[in-house]
Amino acid sequence: MSTQSRAKPYMNPYLAGTLLGVVLFLAFFITGTGLGASGGLNRLLVYGQNLVAPEHIDQVPYLLKMAGGSTNPLESWIVFLTVGTVIGGFISGLFGRRVKFETNKGPRIDNKTRWAMAFIGGGLMGYGARLARGCTSGQAMSGGAVLSVGSWAFMFAVFAGAYALAYFLRRYWN
Amino acid sequence: MTTFPLPLTELLGQYGSFMIYLLVGVAFGATLETAGFGNSTKLAAQFYFKELTVFKVMFTAIIVAMTLIFLSSAVGLLDYSLIWVPPTYLWPGIVGGLIMGVGFIVGGFCPGTSLVGMATGKVDAFFFVLGVLSGIFIFGETVGSFAVFFESSYMGRFTLPELFGLSYDTVVLLIVVMALAMFFGAEKVEKAMGHETAQSTPRWYLPAAASLVALAALTLVIGQPENQDRWKLIEAEKSRQLDEREVQIAPAELLSLINDSKIKAVLLDVREERHFNQFHLHGARRLAEDEIIASADELIFEPANTVFVLMSNDESAATEAWKMLKAESVPNVYILEGGINNWIRTYADEEFVQERLIRKHSNEQPAWRFDAALGSRHPAAEPNEHAFEIEFEPKVKLELKRAPTSGGCG
Repeated sequence: MSTQSRAKPYMNPYLAGTLLGVVLFLAFFITGTGLGASGGLNRLLVYGQNLVAPEHIDQVPYLLKMAGGSTNPLESWIVFLTVGTVIGGFISGLFGRRVKFETNKGPRIDNKTRWAMAFIGGGLMGYGARLARGCTSGQAMSGGAVLSVGSWAFMFAVFAGAYALAYFLRRYWN
Repeated sequence: MTTFPLPLTELLGQYGSFMIYLLVGVAFGATLETAGFGNSTKLAAQFYFKELTVFKVMFTAIIVAMTLIFLSSAVGLLDYSLIWVPPTYLWPGIVGGLIMGVGFIVGGFCPGTSLVGMATGKVDAFFFVLGVLSGIFIFGETVGSFAVFFESSYMGRFTLPELFGLSYDTVVLLIVVMALAMFFGAEKVEKAMGHETAQSTPRWYLPAAASLVALAALTLVIGQPENQDRWKLIEAEKSRQLDEREVQIAPAELLSLINDSKIKAVLLDVREERHFNQFHLHGARRLAEDEIIASADELIFEPANTVFVLMSNDESAATEAWKMLKAESVPNVYILEGGINNWIRTYADEEFVQERLIRKHSNEQPAWRFDAALGSRHPAAEPNEHAFEIEFEPKVKLELKRAPTSGGCG
């Protein structure tokens, strides 16, 4: 597609980081809480589960908190934050002419391998994020900025896990 | 009183506040996308030292947000006590982090960036999001089998300054300086690895870094507000409440709160240990004078239907504690009117009240004599509400919470 050639380059990382920092600060300043993503996905999932098997929700304590009885799992700030993230990403992509159906991958693998790996990696991410009570945005970045000990320990663990495995996957990305 | 964070639900209603979060989300998604985080190869390049964009963006965001948060707290605009600091569950966090690190290099995204990738049509991001949903699903189904580990190594709201025994402002300045030093290193690494876009360093890098250090240094000079500074900000309004006796509740109201299943009454006894051991209300927790301010962090995050009631022998010690907790922004704090002495007068049997009275007792000393340390085994520690029909003027009004009870990825 011709859009790729017209795609605007990404912003300077320090400038983007400063913008992101200001957004994060405003989130804390106005609402008292930071940013996040996995919690919103969690609630969207539980909403689906509640439609399919409401009795099951009422038997699992972890799900009960979000959707037990008449509680609507979508009535939570994090769901709106998550929906906003998707909208914001789309708008920015549109302005940068970067909206395009494509698969980003290393040069040595085919699309199907990339999709399978993305699915597996996503599964690990989703599982780990709930275990750690937050993802890179909610735990590492937001918690890091307000100096939570657990968030900093978590952040080092994420980088450690990724660097430890990166060598073995070098042919997959490069 | 500090204006921020805003009581959004009170100002805009539930759905109005949700619209604010939607806007915050839009800004978040847009910045992630414009940084290039919708592209998995750009994210993965971080782990081959080819391009350290992830590190640079993330740490710039952290130090900018952190400096602004603590600067606005220092000048009295923002209340750090009401900010959601993710509680520390050390080992579940570390194990979860390692799993996520593996997921990052395998899948090429993290949950937030995959949303942005999906929004811009990246097919791999779409599969990643499906994977995340599956992972969350499996977690929900399996967490019951390791609930003990999931709840382990809980340290509450625990911050780096507390860990290192340094002031908040010192830690902020140290982190800013360290991050800038690491950025300098990151630029060297990228050049050494022959990163194609590592052009000459833009001219604004140095002034920008210097301004951030200056802001952090300014924060250090001003300093975070102490409990007494925070009290001064609210003194006018709160002293009026004390004078008009809006927050001193009668023993009968306290008893009705304790027995109200919709209310969580937390009884905080600020007397000396020996007085507490002699007699205290059933379920009361003793709070030593030097623990009062530190306990606020934990009290703020109690459920919204919690009412805190402070008590001393008379009222003055409890009133001092009330000022400290209000200055720390704890909601729904009340004082037991007339203290424990008044409670005993109201609920102990007549014989005890007559015979054990210490006629000349000074302020904040017990007015009744106990022969043994009965604790809460005395009948007046847990009176039967129905045996006493006492009218009272209800004073407790539940405040809407300003601080979120969940955050980050709540």
